[in-house]
Amino acid sequence: MKLRINGIERDFNGDSNMPTLWYLRDELGLVGTKYGCGVGLCGACTVHVDGLAQFSCLVRMGELEGKSVTTIEGLSEDGQHPIQVAWRDQNVPQCGFCQPGQIMKAASLLKEIQKPTDQEILEGMSGNVCRCGCYERIVAAVRQASTGA
Amino acid sequence: MLRQIESFANRSPSFTDDDRKTVVLRKVGSAELNRRSVLQGLGVFVIAAQFMPTSAEAFETYPTNGLKMPNGVVNDPHIFVAIAPDGEVTIVAHRAEMGTGIRTTLPMIIADEMEADWGRVKIVQAPGDEPKYGNQDTDGSRSLRHFIQPAREIGAATRHMLEQAAAKRWGVDIDTVKALDHQVVHRKLGNRLGFGDLAHAAMSLETPARSALSFKTEQEFRYIGRGQVQIYDLHDITTGAAIYGADVNFPDTKVAVIARPPVVGAKIKSINDKKARAVPGVEKILRIPITPLGSKFKPLGGVAVVAQNTWAAMKGRDALQIEWDRGKYGTYSTKTHEKELRLVASKPGSSVRKQGDPDGALKKAATVLSYEYYQPHAAQAPMEPPTALARFKDGKIEIWAPVQSPYVARTDTAEYLGMKPEDVTVNVTLLGGAFGRKSKADFATEAAFLAKEIGGSVRVQWTRDDDIRHSYYHTTSVERIDVGLDENNKPIAWRQRSAAPSFKSTFGEDKGVQHDIEIGMGLENLPYEIANIGAEQCPAFSGTRVGWFRSVSNIQRAFSVQSATAELAVELGKDQKDFLLELIGPARILNAKACGLPGEFWNQYEPYKEFPFDTGRLSNVVKLAAERAGWGKTLPKGEGLGIAAHRSFVSYVATVIHAKVEDGTVKLPSVHVVIDCGFAANPERIRSQIEGACAFAMTTALYSGITFKDGEVQESNFHDYEMVRSDNFPFKVNTHIVPHPFSVHATGVGEPAVPPFAPALMNAIFNASGKRIRNLPIKGQLRS
Ligand code: FES
Ligand code: FES
Repeated sequence: MKLRINGIERDFNGDSNMPTLWYLRDELGLVGTKYGCGVGLCGACTVHVDGLAQFSCLVRMGELEGKSVTTIEGLSEDGQHPIQVAWRDQNVPQCGFCQPGQIMKAASLLKEIQKPTDQEILEGMSGNVCRCGCYERIVAAVRQASTGA
Repeated sequence: MLRQIESFANRSPSFTDDDRKTVVLRKVGSAELNRRSVLQGLGVFVIAAQFMPTSAEAFETYPTNGLKMPNGVVNDPHIFVAIAPDGEVTIVAHRAEMGTGIRTTLPMIIADEMEADWGRVKIVQAPGDEPKYGNQDTDGSRSLRHFIQPAREIGAATRHMLEQAAAKRWGVDIDTVKALDHQVVHRKLGNRLGFGDLAHAAMSLETPARSALSFKTEQEFRYIGRGQVQIYDLHDITTGAAIYGADVNFPDTKVAVIARPPVVGAKIKSINDKKARAVPGVEKILRIPITPLGSKFKPLGGVAVVAQNTWAAMKGRDALQIEWDRGKYGTYSTKTHEKELRLVASKPGSSVRKQGDPDGALKKAATVLSYEYYQPHAAQAPMEPPTALARFKDGKIEIWAPVQSPYVARTDTAEYLGMKPEDVTVNVTLLGGAFGRKSKADFATEAAFLAKEIGGSVRVQWTRDDDIRHSYYHTTSVERIDVGLDENNKPIAWRQRSAAPSFKSTFGEDKGVQHDIEIGMGLENLPYEIANIGAEQCPAFSGTRVGWFRSVSNIQRAFSVQSATAELAVELGKDQKDFLLELIGPARILNAKACGLPGEFWNQYEPYKEFPFDTGRLSNVVKLAAERAGWGKTLPKGEGLGIAAHRSFVSYVATVIHAKVEDGTVKLPSVHVVIDCGFAANPERIRSQIEGACAFAMTTALYSGITFKDGEVQESNFHDYEMVRSDNFPFKVNTHIVPHPFSVHATGVGEPAVPPFAPALMNAIFNASGKRIRNLPIKGQLRS
C-alpha cells in the first residue's frame, strides 16, 4: 500500500496491524514522535493524518492507505510554524518529551478552531499529558499562536 | 554551528533514513567522542588549569557536601572547557537533563564567568565518568547547590588564562586587559583578540592559582541570575530533533520487551513460549536471572523477547505464557499493609528525637489531640518510560540511556556482568522526565545483559504498564501526631510517629528501620517552638521495591505536620496562618542538641554551619505567600485558601492554594508559591520547576495510589494511574523568589515545592468545603 509521510511517498507491505508509531520510529527513524502509553491515554505519539491530530499508537498501518501523515519533523521546514515559535517564546518545555505531541495537537487544534477560547484550549489539549507540568505555558503558547499576543 | 546543521539534517524531509540514524548517533555521541572529533577535525585547543579552592576573591567560598560525595567535585577547565580556533566554546554538562534545566544552567554559569558569548557556546553531555568529572548523581536537588562555585571557578580560570595570553601577545601587563564578550580587549589601546585567536596561547600558559583569579561582580553578570537564557535544547525539542533514550539507533539494533516477575522475586514455575516464538519478527527468547528484594538496582529478571522491532517484541512478550511461583511477597496487599502501619504507629516506636519529655507532657496535658495521615505508594511515571540501548562489541559494552546517575549505572552494570568498569561506557541522552526513577538504572543493566547475550545491540523498551508495575515506589506511610495542650490551650507537647518502609529494603535485608535520609526529611527537625517534642519511627516492612520519588519522605512529613497544624488551629479557633507562625516562633537557628537529637541534623548532608535551619526564613516565606495570596480575603461559598510551609533540600517554601470545590471535584484557580533558595542562578527555570512541582504534587494528591494485591500492582496505565491534565491543573502558579545576593548560598529547587503543596491543598479543601482529607489520594473522597 502507498501512503505519504512528511510529503514523501512510501510503500508499506508489513504488518497492517502495526501501530503507525512503530513504523515511524523503528522503520523510518522519525523519532520525534514519542511512545508514552501505547493506548491513546497520553498524546506523546500525536501526528497529523490528513492534517488532523491522531494518536499514532492507535492508528494501525492498514488504516493509512492513500493517507498523508505529518510528524513533528515535517510540521515545518525550519521549525518556524507559529506553534513552534510560540512554544519557544513561552519557554514551554521542561524535559521536553511530551512536547512534539503537544505541538502537533496544538497545531491541529488551531486548524479546527482559529481563535479558541481559553476553555477550548484547556479541553482541546487535555488528551496530552505533561508529567513535568508545563500546562500553564502550553495554554499561553497556544493563545499566543492563535492571537499573536 | 554544528548543532544547527544537525538539527537541520534531522528535519529535512529529503534526508535518507540511514543518514538520519547516523545523525542521531552523532548528536548523542559521548563527550569523549565529541571532544575528539573537535580536537582532530577543528584543531581545538584545550585550556588546562588546575587549582585548589583556597582563598576567596569576589565571592567567599564555602564548603558543601559536594566535596564529600563519591568522587567529589572537579573544577578543572581542562575537563570542562574547550575553545576552537573559530572561537566556538565547548562546555561539558556533567549532570543529567531531566527537565530542570541543569544542562543549560551550569554551562551558562561557566560561560558567564569566562565572558563567553552564549550564542557561541556548544554543550556536550559527559558520559558516566566520575573520576574525571566528579560526582554525577543528578538527584537530591543538589547539582546547582554543589556546582555553582566550581562552575564560577572554571569560568574565572579560563578567563584569566585568555587574558594572560592576550597580555603576553601585546607585551602589556595583565591588569591592562580584560575579557569582554568573547574577546580580550586592551583597556586603553583598544586592541582586541577573539577567544579563538587566543586559545592556543592560553593553553600553553601555566595554570593560575585560585588566589590569582578574579571573579565578576554580580552587576557584571550577563546570564547568571538574569533568567533570559533559553534552555539549550529548546529548538531541538520543538522540532522533534532532541534525542531521548529510545531515539538512538543502529541499523542492526534489536528491540527487547521483558516479562518481569509480577511479584518481586517470584520464580518461573513453567513457561510456554511457543506463541511468542511464532510472532513474526521475534528472534530470540532469553531468560534474565530473577533477583530477590534487596538487590539494589539489579534487574528484576524475567523473560526477554528479542525482536526485529518494538511492535513484534511487545506482541511476543504478551504472547508468553508464564506460571509464576509467587514466593515470599505474594501476600503483600495494600489493605492489610495499611492496617499494619496504623497499628504500629499507635504504639511507641524508637526515638529519633526527644526534646524535653514528650511522653510525660502528653500524660499531664489537659487535652490531647491525635491526627493520623496515610499515604500509599506512588510511581514516578516519567513521561518517557525506562529504556536503554546497549551494544556489545569487542568485549566491551556501550550504553545510551536516560539515567540520572550514569557512573552508578556504569559500575553497577559492570559488576552485574562481571566486567571491568573500563569496559563499560554509559552515554547519557536527554531524560524524558525521571523524578527519581532513573537514578536506578536497572533498565540499562537489562539492555547490557541482553546485548552481551546476543553479541550485538539491543534496545530494551519498557511499556507504560511495565513502568507502573515495576517501579521503585515512593514508600507507604502512616504519620501519627499527638499534640498535648495545657489548660490554656497552649501546645506543650508534640509527638510524631512515623511508620514507613525504608528504601533501605532495596539495598539489602529489610530491618524495618528508616534511613538517616528519611528521618532527616522532616521527622527529626520539626521547627516548632514547643517545649516537649518527640519523634519516633515504628517498624515497617516493605513488600516491594521502594525508592526515592521527587522530594521523598518530605512528602508525608509536610502533609502530616502541615495538615495537623491547620487542624489544630481550627480546633483552637485560630487563624491558620497566624497559628503556623506562632508555632514556628521567633527567628532562630535550630540547634540539634537543644532539639533533643542524639547527634547532628542530617541536613541533606550539607555542613550545618553553612546551611543552618533558620526559622526566620521559614516564617518569612509564610508571611510573603500569605500576603501575596491575599490571605484573609472573603471568598464565595465553596472556595477557600489553604497554607503550608516546609524546609527541604535546604530551601524554604510556603504555598497558598486557592481551591474551589464543586460537584465532587476540586479546581485550583491560583497558587502562590514563595521560595527562598538562596541566590537564584536561573530564575526562569526556578519558576518552571515550581510550576511543574505544583502539577506533580497535585497529581500525587489527587490520584497517585499504587495498590498491591497478592503481591501484584493493580494499576497499569494512565486510566487507573491518572495524571493531572490541561483541563484541571494549578491554573495560575504565581512564584515569588526571595531575592538574595550570591553570598546567600544557593540551595535546592527541583523538589522543595512538592512537599507543601498537598497539605496546602488539603487545608484549602477543608476551608472551602469543611471536608478534611487525611488519607491520600483524594480520588473520589470529595463526592461523598
Ligand atoms: S503513546 Fe499514543 S497516546 Fe500515549
Ligand atoms: S515537558 Fe516533560 S513531560 Fe512534558
